[in-house]
Amino acid sequence: MAMPPQPTAPAAHKSTARGGGRRGFFAKAVAIVVGGMVTVFPFTAGLAVFFDPLRKKSRRDKSILVTSLDAVPKDGTPRKFAVIADRQNAWNYFPKEPIGAVYLRRVSDSDKVEALNVICPHAGCFVGFSPQRKEYLCPCHTSAFAIDGELISGPSPRGLDTLRCEVRDIDGRQEVWVTFEDFYTGTAEKKAKA
Amino acid sequence: MKSLAAWLEDRTGVGSLLRAALYEHVPGGARWRYVWGSTLVFAFFVQMVTGVFLWMAYSPSGDSAWESVYFIQYHLQGGWLLRGLHHYMAQAMVVLLALHLMQVVIDGAYRAPREVNFWLGLVLMKIVLGLSLTGYLLPWDEKGYWATRVATNLMGVVPLVGEKLQALVVGGNEYGSYTLTRFFALHAGVLPALLVFFLVLHVALFRRHGLTVKQPLRRPDATFWPDQILKDAVACLAVLVVVLLLIVRPVLSGQHAIAEVTAAAHPGDYLGADLGAPADPASQYSAARPEWYFLFLFQFLKLFSGYGERGELMGAIVIPGAVMLLLFLMPLVGRWKLGRGFNIGLLGCLLLGIVLLTGQAFWDDNLARWVAKPAVPEGNQPTEKQQQSLARYEASRSYLQAVEESEETAARARELAGGLGIPPQGAISLLRGDPKTQGPKLFATHCATCHSYEDPLGRGMKPQEVSASNLYGFASRVWLAGLLDPKRIITPAYFGATKHKEGEMVGFITGEDFAKVSPADREKIVMALSAQAHLASQKDADAADAAAIAAGTELIKKKIGCIDCHRFESEGELGSAPELTGYGSREWLTGMISNPDHERFYKDRNDHMPAFAPSDNPANNRLSGHDVQLLADWLRGDWYPPHAGGGE
Repeated sequence: MAMPPQPTAPAAHKSTARGGGRRGFFAKAVAIVVGGMVTVFPFTAGLAVFFDPLRKKSRRDKSILVTSLDAVPKDGTPRKFAVIADRQNAWNYFPKEPIGAVYLRRVSDSDKVEALNVICPHAGCFVGFSPQRKEYLCPCHTSAFAIDGELISGPSPRGLDTLRCEVRDIDGRQEVWVTFEDFYTGTAEKKAKA
Repeated sequence: MKSLAAWLEDRTGVGSLLRAALYEHVPGGARWRYVWGSTLVFAFFVQMVTGVFLWMAYSPSGDSAWESVYFIQYHLQGGWLLRGLHHYMAQAMVVLLALHLMQVVIDGAYRAPREVNFWLGLVLMKIVLGLSLTGYLLPWDEKGYWATRVATNLMGVVPLVGEKLQALVVGGNEYGSYTLTRFFALHAGVLPALLVFFLVLHVALFRRHGLTVKQPLRRPDATFWPDQILKDAVACLAVLVVVLLLIVRPVLSGQHAIAEVTAAAHPGDYLGADLGAPADPASQYSAARPEWYFLFLFQFLKLFSGYGERGELMGAIVIPGAVMLLLFLMPLVGRWKLGRGFNIGLLGCLLLGIVLLTGQAFWDDNLARWVAKPAVPEGNQPTEKQQQSLARYEASRSYLQAVEESEETAARARELAGGLGIPPQGAISLLRGDPKTQGPKLFATHCATCHSYEDPLGRGMKPQEVSASNLYGFASRVWLAGLLDPKRIITPAYFGATKHKEGEMVGFITGEDFAKVSPADREKIVMALSAQAHLASQKDADAADAAAIAAGTELIKKKIGCIDCHRFESEGELGSAPELTGYGSREWLTGMISNPDHERFYKDRNDHMPAFAPSDNPANNRLSGHDVQLLADWLRGDWYPPHAGGGE
């Protein structure tokens, strides 16, 4: 149905082709407009669906209970915890499923806890903590991060992403709550994903 | 720019190809009767575009097909429009195909040298019908699932290879994920590729032979561009408009107001193609019908219903095959002097037959809407004719009822999927665990042979011969007020149809002692007893009447004499009458249904209620523990959304 730019008709057809001039122009214009409309329409409906992921979604920034304070090593060694939350995966709904992981670390023997996202801000690989080197190492491009997440070496544009984290006293139990967010990778600026 | 065009032309020849396409000779000028082929190409183009976009969100598997279509229809922006286009354009394509065929036959366009192209057209028709058939299954809803089962089962009657053929199409003996992946590959891969291949040949031969010109020529010759293209484009627009009207039909027909639809978060709730309830192989569906354009085949097959396997073979394979053969022979038949007339007559008869059969199928299914139940004079033995018309009426009524139930289930599936989210086992698990859906079915099968379940307007279920109480609103205040009413306890709605009619409870309620209890105290007793059930529908009332309930509780324990037979909280003994502690609660009902002979309930005074799950070993029980709980929850009106239950 695609309407090409109008080439000049061969001379042989000119004598037979009905209505040159104004009438012919009108027919051509209407044919292009109507033909164009019916051609574009199914794409419009398809592209509306295709672009659905760009619609504004509410941001996931609820605070999540990750563990009790007792489970975080007292000597300040980071430990990895799964983050459990309800997850909507396209059409399926998974209640209470692991949606990611965080490293939790007590700050200088206190009850203050620091949380780091396990995702490397360079290209999004899953970093691991090396107890021997006391560093976080990225398996993909060998970025290394200090125990507090500061970048030591490697191509990462920023240190590991810290997450908002607080210790709440609930009926005498010390609970660690983390606001779990994912961030865009590859940029020096830390920007949360919607 | 010019030199670029010249370079491209030199290297590819695309310009002259385009010119050849656009300036095709149209003897006698452009005409409306030449548009049908183009509208078919357009319809196929729309199916390709919308199909590929649907593909991006569709997941062909037993526990995700319905779910992903639900996601497209109700959650993705414009999904309802995309699906609606694909669904209704498929139907438009079948209509256009019939029109195209009619036109070719009427004009005798199959005659030399166009025989091969006619055959190619018939092959294309088969492919399009194959696309319809495979596409109908993909949403994995009740309609598509059962219609496809019927269609594929018919393959089984093909001699020798039938069973193997069926297993190949279905992907084994079971309908499931492997059926879907195979159908999807056919629908989105094999068949479209074949269609494109044959379409290219079809169009190439059409170009080679030119239009079959309708004589006499009315106007001077013209070229394809722009006159015929203009007419084609307008015809395509008309097709598109019809399809769009079908998509927004619920608004046009006044079923929903425009304001309601535009204000809705998901227009898919109102517009576009239907999505039935998720397929459930374990539940009966009496409305299995093919899509309307295959309905004539369905009806045709009914004509052979009395002739067993041989009849099936004739009706499903041999005769339709013979008709296809006659269509293929048209170009050869057309060589004879009277051949063209014969062909037109054949097609006319065929179309007339299709229209009549379709109409008959439609009438058979819907006649109970329009005609009254055939009356048989009382006392007379119905004649054979009367029996037949009665049977037809009943068949139609059961079809219409199945359609209605299916629509309700579909709406319920949507409600549950939207409210609770779809678990990874699929939406069917929501329905299977839903008391509102399963309760009536379980009740009808296991309880309604004795118990009725009728609301005050007489709607609900009623056995032919009532021999137990009406459980509508069981343990609610209204229900208990009737039980403690001397006039009503002896009606069939309570103990009237049981041996308890002569029992101690009836004696007590109709006796002198209870007559002395003041109406206000009776009301308090009813409130107190009903509060034991913790019914969702009475939550607010129970909270508001806490004082009266406390007073009623004291009356039951101390004054009225209930505890002479019943146990209630710390008072009374078990064994002679049902326990009143937790009366009507989920736990109480579950126990009662499981085993009424237990000492907490009727023990040896049980009239004739069977124990549905008395054993610890589930294999020995009539009902699973899950089913018993579904029944209990349904009787209590306890289902999603909370507090919306209908016990009262």
